[in-house]
Amino acid sequence: MISPYERRFLICGWASLFALLAGSAPLSPRISARAQENTANKKDKSLQAFRAVASVLTSPRCLNCHIPGDAPLHGDDGKPHKELNIKRGPDGRGTPAMRCTNCHQSENAATPHAPPGAPNWQLPPPSMRMAWQGLSTGDLCRTLKDPAKNGNMTLAQLYQHLDEHPLVLWAWNPGPGRSVPPLSHEQFMSKVKEWMDTGAACAE
Amino acid sequence: METTRLVVNGKATELNIDPATPLLWALREKLGLTGTKFGCGMALCGACTVHVDGNAVRSCVTPVRAVAGKRVTTIEGLSADCSHPVQRAWLQIQVPQCGYCQPGQMMSAAVLLAANANPSDADIDDAMAGNLCRCGTYARIRKAIHLAAELARSAK
Repeated sequence: MISPYERRFLICGWASLFALLAGSAPLSPRISARAQENTANKKDKSLQAFRAVASVLTSPRCLNCHIPGDAPLHGDDGKPHKELNIKRGPDGRGTPAMRCTNCHQSENAATPHAPPGAPNWQLPPPSMRMAWQGLSTGDLCRTLKDPAKNGNMTLAQLYQHLDEHPLVLWAWNPGPGRSVPPLSHEQFMSKVKEWMDTGAACAE
Repeated sequence: METTRLVVNGKATELNIDPATPLLWALREKLGLTGTKFGCGMALCGACTVHVDGNAVRSCVTPVRAVAGKRVTTIEGLSADCSHPVQRAWLQIQVPQCGYCQPGQMMSAAVLLAANANPSDADIDDAMAGNLCRCGTYARIRKAIHLAAELARSAK
């Protein structure tokens, strides 16, 4: 049996709980709005970081080899490398007797206009072209994130590739007569990290 | 000066030379292998082509340090007695005019045939596009490569 005192206590308890819930109800939309605002800020930050990343990826040092066709480009003006009929070949390393490494050694030639070099100079293979030429910033972003188009890399692997790969690093040491990307490699990697840490968002 | 060890035309060789020296000058001036020619000095004409571990390489832009421990073959080492199918075909077709670019042409042709025993005209044009000839012997070069392919196939 419940005594009248206990009944009163129970009634009061339930009433307090209802009051508390009723009182807290108006808080929910405020929290949700703040969460939405944070998400939107994070996305904006991510998009902004990727714009900086894209400024490097669309520099001639990257874009000359990330091409949809079979003839690489060269120079700051992206001339087709057609004077010697250079082709991608079955593995991205050229055709017999015209391999990329016939001329492109593991280091830059010191003479202006002579071939630049880095270890294993090559284009992406035809099965994974990683072509960026002509893409909008959003499409470039999606291509970069898509393992089917980026060489089967996760974002972590992509970070490591951009941080360490000799052909990527060559962009900042391109030899005489070639421009470097608009950000230093350190600034570039900090923007890549910021983009990834904020959700690796891509513009529509 | 540093000592760079490599194998040139099958012979173990030591080069006491600045390792940044282009391989072309090491071959011509240190080893006396003057069959390999200087053309442009910028890997644009192919006259200096030699083989490094079986690949056609422009020796004018290849520093000696890049070939340490590797096998280099020059036109003098293509065969001991001019019996390489490319050499036989070149003689039979009488390809050269002035002859200056021909060692490079032959070295590139040999690499093509090692990779493709029966090249089409298009394969030949692709492979030989990096070897220029001021005399314009391209048609004879193409014909000689077809013949060399035939000679190599019939020798098997």
